Amino acid sequence: MSEVTAKKVLFEPIFSNNPIALQILGICSALAVTTSMQLSVVMGIAVCAVCGLSNLSVSMIRNQIPSNIRIIVQMTIIASLVIVVDQILRAYAYEISKQLSVFVGLIITNCIVMGRAEAFAMQNGPTMSFVDGVGNGLGYAVILVAVAFFRELLGAGKLFGIEILPTINDGGWYVPNGLLLLPPSAFFIIGFLIWALRGWKKEQVEPADYKMSSHKVKEAF
Amino acid sequence: MSSKETIGKTVTVAFLLCIVCSIVVASSVVLLKPIQQKNKALNLKANILAAAGLLNEGASASEIEQAFSSIQPKLVDLETGEYVEPEVVGRKEAIAYDQRKASKDPKLSSPIPSDDDIASIKRRVRYAKVYLVENGGELDTIILPVSGYGLWSTLHGFLALEEDANTVVGLGFYEHAETPGLGGEVDNPRWKAIWPGKKVYDMQEGWEPKIEVVKGAVDKSRDDAKYRVDGLSGATLTSRGITNLMQYWMGEHGFQQYLKRIREGA
Repeated sequence: MSEVTAKKVLFEPIFSNNPIALQILGICSALAVTTSMQLSVVMGIAVCAVCGLSNLSVSMIRNQIPSNIRIIVQMTIIASLVIVVDQILRAYAYEISKQLSVFVGLIITNCIVMGRAEAFAMQNGPTMSFVDGVGNGLGYAVILVAVAFFRELLGAGKLFGIEILPTINDGGWYVPNGLLLLPPSAFFIIGFLIWALRGWKKEQVEPADYKMSSHKVKEAF
Repeated sequence: MSSKETIGKTVTVAFLLCIVCSIVVASSVVLLKPIQQKNKALNLKANILAAAGLLNEGASASEIEQAFSSIQPKLVDLETGEYVEPEVVGRKEAIAYDQRKASKDPKLSSPIPSDDDIASIKRRVRYAKVYLVENGGELDTIILPVSGYGLWSTLHGFLALEEDANTVVGLGFYEHAETPGLGGEVDNPRWKAIWPGKKVYDMQEGWEPKIEVVKGAVDKSRDDAKYRVDGLSGATLTSRGITNLMQYWMGEHGFQQYLKRIREGA
């Protein structure tokens, strides 16, 4: 990687080095919370906050952390921050925290947060690490919101809970696609997003692991 | 190797980190607890009011508190169907009794034999907390807590009945984790609007709860249409779970004795 500038660190993870689309991290929560835009936005903000602050704290004490317990130290910091975020959500956004339920707690196991602490914050200064954390959180949030856009619009006919396509259940004409409300649909949408992103940024395409040989065997019949 | 790799350093860093983190976590929990509890209590009250149809949409916190002040919580012994004093469960006021906590307390609850446990709630409480709405000294609405297993989660909610202890005023769930858009449609106002006016029991036949959620739409020409509620499309198991919880809580192990007494007293 060339020189590290704040702008690059902040914006690179959004499209060029997206944690979900390129590194394929944090898929689990991306499947679970993307049924509505509102949840995705809140989850995105929560991950931004946790990732930014954990990077900041890890970076501040990076010269003190003995390398044999560094992972545990990072986990402890991340876990504490996640609990704080969860408590704040429960106090100030009760309805949303009820819907997010365990998934806020599961930010602890989100590989993006830990991955950035280990890969970036252990080597870089506090300011840059904070920006990197927020940037990666944003990259995560962008994919979440994009997935939620399709899932909520086509699955429930709404965006941010506001009716866009009036559904049959509410006396309209749109028959919602129930599959989009179930987790597997997020897999498909993330797949399509990765496809689109790699079509746009060709350098993200990985070299093929194997070459398909042409079909030579004659059919039996 | 630098000095940070010694055992002493490792122990010190680990120790200090634990101290700092525990202070941060503990203070966030302690400082935010009052707000969280207020939210939780308010949410519960709003749901009780909503089941009885006393909640206007977008009501503010003070409006909810005011509306709730006219509702009277009471404790009922489910075996005898009689009201009991809050002292029986060791509380000064009925409102302080937490029925969900009590259902885990071996002193206040007992395991349900699996044959009887149609709602899959595992333990039954001896004392239930009901809410009464009175109008000019006369009993107007009875609000009963109900719970039961749907597809993914236990649904917790309130069922409101008219003073005849038979006609439904409303049903609402304040806590569940059913699939949004499918089982989660139990929160859909259009579905909840089907419930008011439905009957729980057929008074000619006795005290067997007849209410059920059927698959698809209810045929309105049938005689028993008033005991039947449209199923949620795409949510067969959640619908079945709601039938089960209604059958359980309206049945002999639920509020049946209590409702009998209300009827006799009326």
